[in-house]
Amino acid sequence: MTTVTKAEGAPAPTGPDGFLSVRDLQVTFSTEDGPVKAVDGLSFDLDRGTTLGIVGESGSGKSVTNLTILGLHDPLFTTVDGEIVLDGKELITATEKEMERLRGNRVAMIFQDPLTALSPFYSIGRQIAEPYMKHNGASKKAAWERAVEMLAKVGIPNPKERARDYPHQFSGGMRQRAMIAMALVCDPDLLIADEPTTALDVTVQAQILDLLKDLQREFGTGIVFITHDLGVIADMADDIMVMYAGRAVERGTVDEVLRSPQHPYTWGLLNSMPRLDSDLGTPLSPIPGTPPSLLTPPPGCRFHPRCTFRDRVGGDRCATERPLLAPDRSSACHLGAEQKRTIFVEEIRPRLG
Amino acid sequence: MLQFIIRRTVGAFVTLFLIGAATFFLFVAAPSDYASLACGKDCSPQRLADIRDALGLNLPLAQQFWDFMSGIVTGRDYPTGHCSAPCLGVSFYSGDMVWSTIMDRFPLTLTLTAGGAVVFLLIGVGAGMIAAYRRGTLVDKVATGASMVLSSFQIYFLGPVVLTILVYGTGWMEDPKYVPLTQDPVGWFVGMSIPVCVMATIFTAQYTRMARSSMIEQLAEDHVRTARAKGMSRRYVFLRYAWRGSLIPIVTVLGIDVSSMLGGAVVTELTFSLQGIGRLAVDGAVNKDLPLTMGVMLFGAFFILLINILTDITYAWIDPRIRLS
Amino acid sequence: MTEDLVLPAGRGTGDAVAPEPLLQVSGLVKHFPVKGGFPIRRTVGAVQAVDGLDLVVHAGESFGLVGESGCGKSTTGRLITRLLEPTHGTITYRGRDIGHATRRQLAPIRSEIQMIFQDPYSSLNPRQTVGKIISGPMEINGIEPEGGREKRVRELLEIVGLNPEHFNRFPHEFSGGQRQRIGVARALALEPKLIVADEPVSALDVSIQAQVVNLLQQVQRELGIAFVFIAHDLAVVRHFSQRVAVMYLGKIIEVGDRDSIYTRPRHPYTHALLSAVPEVNLVSGEGPQRERIRLAGDVPSPISPPSGCRFRTRCWKAQDKCAAEEPPLIRLSGNRDGHLTACHFPEEPTTEPRDEDIVLDPALTALEDRPAADAEAEREG
Repeated sequence: MTTVTKAEGAPAPTGPDGFLSVRDLQVTFSTEDGPVKAVDGLSFDLDRGTTLGIVGESGSGKSVTNLTILGLHDPLFTTVDGEIVLDGKELITATEKEMERLRGNRVAMIFQDPLTALSPFYSIGRQIAEPYMKHNGASKKAAWERAVEMLAKVGIPNPKERARDYPHQFSGGMRQRAMIAMALVCDPDLLIADEPTTALDVTVQAQILDLLKDLQREFGTGIVFITHDLGVIADMADDIMVMYAGRAVERGTVDEVLRSPQHPYTWGLLNSMPRLDSDLGTPLSPIPGTPPSLLTPPPGCRFHPRCTFRDRVGGDRCATERPLLAPDRSSACHLGAEQKRTIFVEEIRPRLG
Repeated sequence: MLQFIIRRTVGAFVTLFLIGAATFFLFVAAPSDYASLACGKDCSPQRLADIRDALGLNLPLAQQFWDFMSGIVTGRDYPTGHCSAPCLGVSFYSGDMVWSTIMDRFPLTLTLTAGGAVVFLLIGVGAGMIAAYRRGTLVDKVATGASMVLSSFQIYFLGPVVLTILVYGTGWMEDPKYVPLTQDPVGWFVGMSIPVCVMATIFTAQYTRMARSSMIEQLAEDHVRTARAKGMSRRYVFLRYAWRGSLIPIVTVLGIDVSSMLGGAVVTELTFSLQGIGRLAVDGAVNKDLPLTMGVMLFGAFFILLINILTDITYAWIDPRIRLS
Repeated sequence: MTEDLVLPAGRGTGDAVAPEPLLQVSGLVKHFPVKGGFPIRRTVGAVQAVDGLDLVVHAGESFGLVGESGCGKSTTGRLITRLLEPTHGTITYRGRDIGHATRRQLAPIRSEIQMIFQDPYSSLNPRQTVGKIISGPMEINGIEPEGGREKRVRELLEIVGLNPEHFNRFPHEFSGGQRQRIGVARALALEPKLIVADEPVSALDVSIQAQVVNLLQQVQRELGIAFVFIAHDLAVVRHFSQRVAVMYLGKIIEVGDRDSIYTRPRHPYTHALLSAVPEVNLVSGEGPQRERIRLAGDVPSPISPPSGCRFRTRCWKAQDKCAAEEPPLIRLSGNRDGHLTACHFPEEPTTEPRDEDIVLDPALTALEDRPAADAEAEREG
């Protein structure tokens, strides 16, 4: 039988300013095959002006979480429980009108594929000007000027002329720059970036990542950065949360999570990823198996069917009891703290070359 | 854009020429005896020869083809009189000029098509959009259910039912008939209202379903989500972002429907005993009136090509990717 | 038949390269016509997808092809497998030019050169069972292996790490990684000598990627199959390929052994590419381990590529000579044997951090040059 301990039930102490705080978030989709719990008891905090990186593979619930923050999930098929508090305001219970005032204004979002994420029917300038007019009550002319200014800021050459262009006339990198201009046009406090560089070439990705960092410094924006790429997260984030099958399995600062990871899934990710400086003599060590279906998730620790360390936890705890994720630096795993440290230092670290 | 229109128009004329040629060779050069068809049942050899002569069937085939094609552009002289351009020949059956017969019937077909299109676009597309906007609510369920039921009806069923109730049963309305708009606008409207509405009802049901699904598809697009993420209201996003994209499939089907209706709405015309282009085509076929059949066919082909060009221009208006490529 | 599959080690070391080339490509050109014009549409230009390419692949080696979108790496793969016909140039496979061979002439060679595609979802026929998919190539080529095709299919499934009992299942019953294994099994069915793998792992999740990379590596080593490994992920290519070519706008700009390309690159573009790869720094507390180069803008259009050196429009070292003269792909002094670079003004052979970062992106320069206090003040005000 599954003994689901109410994870993270105790309210985590809010961070220094507790700008964004998510508590015990549950997101369930109703599908033809039955309910799918895409996010299961997630809690995290973000401070103003810092970056939280959320890492996970497809189906880990990282994108769903962030659509839910903005209230952009389809209410017809989705139920949301828990708490999302932005600067003292509860978002799950907020009205649609209140959410509209927030979106694009205090919370903005950029998406993975800038070609499909921009409307093909309107000029880039108009799409950037739109939220500025709506949220700041600016005139059409003032908003257009602001759009041109933003395009210049994100490095679009000839912004005056290019503002009149349509997205299909822009290259991939320029489209993502336009997306960023659009997201930052109202100087939001929080920017949610959902795999913003996955569709881009590597040299363009490097430009965009640096641009985001530079703009963050200038605007003081808090960023939730979602990606599957540990390299990108290492570059961007202050804090990291690793997600697996709808749950957070490890969290900490970049330094903690990447340099002394504690969760077998994080170990698996690091070990399966080739690096430019990894030792070519050692083969990659992939995580065996495949991610579980969320229709019938494994009981206990959702990672246990793929975990090579579950034997080292006594009994069948991994298959029956959900491991807790404490606030701050922690990992949701039944291995003892000393065990985790020893395994990483003695077995995982050497394989990383 | 202008280049595109010119290129398409030139293309349309070439296509029309080819269709004309194909029609000519299929009908005239095929082994069916053109003259004996014209001659009718009690045909004497002398009369047959005269007819062959009058129709120019003794001339070389190339000459005949030239006469036929140039006749369309410049007009043509027959022993029975002059046939002014665009000359599509003389009906075997009635002896009238094919072009003027078509022109007599066309206003009715145009009324049916245009009236029907206005009704099913306004009501059908409107209902579909509202259903999509209120997806999952009672409004949506009613609209979806009603369109399911109505689209399974056929004109030849719904027509007589409506006639029985409104005309023969209650006597509230008269039998449908066509009165030219220029003569009596009220009579035109009243006379055509039943056929237009019955035909439009069936199309409305189809357009409701199509508009709804096209809209729902658009609402799931990434760029629509982006617009919502910018804080634009649901209604604004619906009307500015999703709506435009959802038009493309509707315009495609509308083009096909309208061009086929302009070539004759046979079932509707027969159901309500109206004399439109469709009826003309049926008469031509039944009476083996080759010039008439050829004329109606070319006339229909012209509209298919015209509407095709208009559809493409509409695409370009909707989507800058098409306009600017 | 079976014996071939468990080739003993010996070829396994990989770095030993056979002297006689298996595949030799020279002067390869592929232009896709661009239609346009008025009033009559005609060919008004060409997408110069591949424009003068020379490369050699030896038996049993893995040759990596890296580059960004539009560099022509996928087109090159499709030319080598003759899914496309080259505009100019020769593709010599085991001494025979197959560049313009007809279908009939190609038939015996088709079985020896196989392809693995990027998308494991669309490259398998959803209406065929796995057994049918894998035995398809044998059927087409009329090959009747010892013990029958079904036995062979089971063997192949076992080799790629799938349950041999699953040969009656359909592709949709498998996950992405498993489907890619099916793709590998299909490619192996005819015992090919060369496999062209076009982004074979880029559609897969990280944890699954490694499974497939390991499988391909095992296949390459144990069966002695040569690979042309096409990918945009530099780390994956480094892991898999002994020799690597870097492509930019239809040309190879640098080629050489793995070590030369990754630690002693000479072409500025190779430097930029390597510096752009986001990496996990496993050692804390240290400064940047690699140079920082940020190019401006995107890759230019392959319809009208820049004259001379194609990289010059984004290069920090470009001079007049670069526009006038196309740099030949040659061995520069100091380069190892086989390490060729096409550059008039090559960089130092190191990836160590520079005294000053190279930042060409105007937005980054504007944002980074301003003192932080300045920006702070503006935000407050």
